[in-house]
Amino acid sequence: MTAKAGARVVTITSGKGGVGKTTTTANLGIALARLGKKVVVMDADIGLRNLDIVMGLENRIVYDLVDVIEGRCQLRQAMIKHKQFPELYLIPAAQTRDKTAISPSDMVSITDKLRPEFDFIIIDCPAGIERGFRNAIAAADEVLIVTNPEVSAVRDADRIIGLLEANNKGPGKLILNRMKGDMVKKGEMLSPDDVTDILSIKLIGIVPEDENVIPASNSGVPVALNENSKAGIAFRNIARRLCGEEVPLMPVQDTSGGFLQRLSRLFGGN
Amino acid sequence: MTGFFERLFGTGGNKGSGAAARERLQFILVHDRINLPPEQLQAMKAEILAVISRYVSVNSEQVDIALQQRDRDSLLVAEIPFTKAIDTDEARQRMADPEKTDNNMDDA
Repeated sequence: MTAKAGARVVTITSGKGGVGKTTTTANLGIALARLGKKVVVMDADIGLRNLDIVMGLENRIVYDLVDVIEGRCQLRQAMIKHKQFPELYLIPAAQTRDKTAISPSDMVSITDKLRPEFDFIIIDCPAGIERGFRNAIAAADEVLIVTNPEVSAVRDADRIIGLLEANNKGPGKLILNRMKGDMVKKGEMLSPDDVTDILSIKLIGIVPEDENVIPASNSGVPVALNENSKAGIAFRNIARRLCGEEVPLMPVQDTSGGFLQRLSRLFGGN
Repeated sequence: MTGFFERLFGTGGNKGSGAAARERLQFILVHDRINLPPEQLQAMKAEILAVISRYVSVNSEQVDIALQQRDRDSLLVAEIPFTKAIDTDEARQRMADPEKTDNNMDDA
């Protein structure tokens, strides 16, 4: 891929649904903004808009991505400024349309317009390998594949990696989400090494299972803003790695909570 | 009691379902990646064996032809022990009569 000037376009994809693409997109957007980067997060899941909710911006939507493409508004009018970070913007998906309302070349032209003004454009890809996926990767300079340490999610990630390679967008880097260190230790979960061995791609981050994630989504305040959340730290570390910083991966045992947490789990049932 | 300490200190064996997940995935992905149905793979192996058997004597029970992965590339790895070249007259006849060879292959 020849690098275009300006922002880097990073697409977050997975194949399988429900593994944490939208959560990852929202948190990387926030974490990059915290690092002082100018960021646009874009929801490419036309018809199943969700990124706005995870980011707590659903009440501010007037125009969406399809309105821009069909000329009903200017690009700027569809960009929603984040409450806390004035240089973080969301471009929401349309809720009442479907994937065919946009084309891969539309995505290229929109990102090309944004590139000069931003450092990062993060695209939330829909689940699946059809049109929505092709739209979401069309403009990508790099692709991050989110997976969970489960057979079906890893299988879908492998299919996505194959498709990325076939489209000269591969192999991408892996985010292993919802890792449970205590289960890995008991041998009841694929380890990060298992997954990277099987997929043969580089890991850019391991995000531990964290009970803060659902409350964060409930309230529209992503965990990357929570100083004490392990998942929040993991997402902030991924953002730093995206910026070229060398940040060591969190050891997997640290993803299962500390000794006291295990002690309480032991006596408190669970 | 050991289980108690294992849970307390977060240690323990590595013989759980994680290993099964790894094995299942490796098997599934080999076939996903080449996009070749198992029956066709079997047919391919049988044909390969049929060709080799025309030249050397092979005990089909000792043959191991399997798909492997190296990084993201698929490899067909074959271990085919053979004892000796098969009857030379018959082999020569086959060389001289390729038609017959083709027919044999169809039979295989």
